[in-house]
Amino acid sequence: MIDAIKFRNYKENTYKWIFTILAFSSLVFLVGIIIVLFKEGLPIFKEVNLFKFLFGKSWYPTYDPPEFGIFPLMLASFWVMIGATIVCVPLGIGSALYLHELASFKQRAFLKPLIEMLAGVPSIVYGFFGMVIVAPFIQKLFNIPVGLSLFTASMILGIMAVPTVCSITEDALSYVPKSFREASFAVGANRWQTLTKVIIPAAGSGISTAIILGMSRIVGETMTVLMVSGGAAIIPKSIFDPVRPMTATIAAEMGECAMGSKHFHALFAIGLILFLVTLFFNIIAEIISRRYRLKLGLGR
Amino acid sequence: MAINTVIPKKNRNIDDSFYREMKFVRMRTENLNFYYGKKQALKDININIYQNHSTAIIGPSGCGKSTLIRLFNRMNDLVPNTRIEGGIYLDDKDINGPKADVVEIRRKVGMVFQKPNPFPKTIYENLSYGLKIQGINDKTLIEQKVVESLQKAALWDEVKDRLHDNALGLSGGQQQRLCIARCIAVEPEVILFDEPCASLDPIATAKIEELIEELEKYYTIVIVTHNMQQASRVSEYTAFMYLGELIEFGKTEKIFTVPKEKKTEEYLSGKFG
Ligand SMILES: Nc1ncnc2c1ncn2[C@@H]1O[C@H](COP(=O)(O)OP(=O)(O)OP(=O)(O)O)[C@@H](O)[C@H]1O
Ligand SMILES: [Mg+2]
Repeated sequence: MIDAIKFRNYKENTYKWIFTILAFSSLVFLVGIIIVLFKEGLPIFKEVNLFKFLFGKSWYPTYDPPEFGIFPLMLASFWVMIGATIVCVPLGIGSALYLHELASFKQRAFLKPLIEMLAGVPSIVYGFFGMVIVAPFIQKLFNIPVGLSLFTASMILGIMAVPTVCSITEDALSYVPKSFREASFAVGANRWQTLTKVIIPAAGSGISTAIILGMSRIVGETMTVLMVSGGAAIIPKSIFDPVRPMTATIAAEMGECAMGSKHFHALFAIGLILFLVTLFFNIIAEIISRRYRLKLGLGR
Repeated sequence: MAINTVIPKKNRNIDDSFYREMKFVRMRTENLNFYYGKKQALKDININIYQNHSTAIIGPSGCGKSTLIRLFNRMNDLVPNTRIEGGIYLDDKDINGPKADVVEIRRKVGMVFQKPNPFPKTIYENLSYGLKIQGINDKTLIEQKVVESLQKAALWDEVKDRLHDNALGLSGGQQQRLCIARCIAVEPEVILFDEPCASLDPIATAKIEELIEELEKYYTIVIVTHNMQQASRVSEYTAFMYLGELIEFGKTEKIFTVPKEKKTEEYLSGKFG
């Protein structure tokens, strides 16, 4: 009897330890990644100072002497992010509102998995689709020399981020208690008023989280952007200029540079900046969504 | 005096008696059947709701009390896959008829829910919401109505210094009174209460009951309750429901002292439910 209890305790403790270790292993990876990024990224600042690295206008890592100004790359990432956000926010939020408010039960059961499937398409497929279909189409449509550009990248990445924005927005909308809707209807509001004045404000922070996580997804996206953005490390003058965002730069150049070279360290430093930016986005999203849950009284 | 007007307190005795004698039927149902999908939740309900009287609906859990009361302001429109047979009339107009205006109906027939459900907005915004929905934009008018409804809901003294705080910071009982105030603010004529005290402690319950008794002077009230004392305290008419049917309907004191139906008697004496 006692033995049985002891054994059960023993078993429970074992499970507890296994799961604790599993949970902490991701922390170990995170710390490991941060250490590597700093260790390999920081040495570049012995060559160029931080200011010149961030705001230098030319990126010629293989020239002699090389130039490591990542300003065009950051600008490219920034503009692609803005462009793709402009594409994904209306599409993502619009489809979430449709799913949540208008779609019948059957339509929902059909559309929701479909949109989630969009998230499961490998990014190289998006890149391929962008290169082979969208880019030539845009090239013809606007009669421009190249189809691979900031514009194309924004379109494709925007579409890629739609599932993220849509499903998080949809979750946020469905977290809004049914009782709010009933309360609104009970004082004579119609559906539209209830949606715009009660449901969307109540889900507001959840929707902001969706947008921020969508943006974070866009900034971190590599393969697609490498394939459709055109790859020129210049400061874009129009939306139809080819660009070279940070992720694409790392992916394209990492294979060609010598380990431990200045170029190598510069790429790691770019990675470090990307890491910090996405970390920042995720922290903001977390803060907002926590505040939101508190506001709705859903606990932490 | 138009029938729809809220009777001012000081004239109450005169007009009240007028209505009492007239026994004006404000709402009624006619052979009402209601289905959730294939499941029949209400069977052949015929009930009258008298102007400026309060009617309690009692019965064991699942007998269809909420279903019935939610039909009075078409709240069940929100539930998919339902079907109504028979009629529900407000002032002799079918509220489900082709000419019925659901927004108008819900404005006239307000509702307070089982769980307090203030919006996650400020106290002030909770009350001004319904007014703005109606297209009232005059700030002073809104302010005046906000104060008035808080006073009527016996909440004014407790919140007058924090009208612009989030309503979710109030206690459960205060939240429920805020919901009553929100309902009153749009000046309904009938107020439906679906177990308004079910989630409250005894002290908060006593306050709400007191408030409902006060409101009976101005409004026509329908209240669903599980609590027999509550029913006998606050209502003049009582309807007893069982398995989707209206078993007995009449003056509260009659139902509670000399029920005509055996089922009612059994329920009141606690044999089931
Ligand atoms: N949305 C719904 N879909 C399907 N069936 C429902 C729905 N709401 C209620 N019902 C069913 O209809 C019947 C009546 O329910 P209702 O909520 O009206 O009972 P009630 O008398 O209010 O009970 P309680 O005292 O527990 O609140 C129950 O059998 C219930 O299961
Ligand atoms: Mg109920």
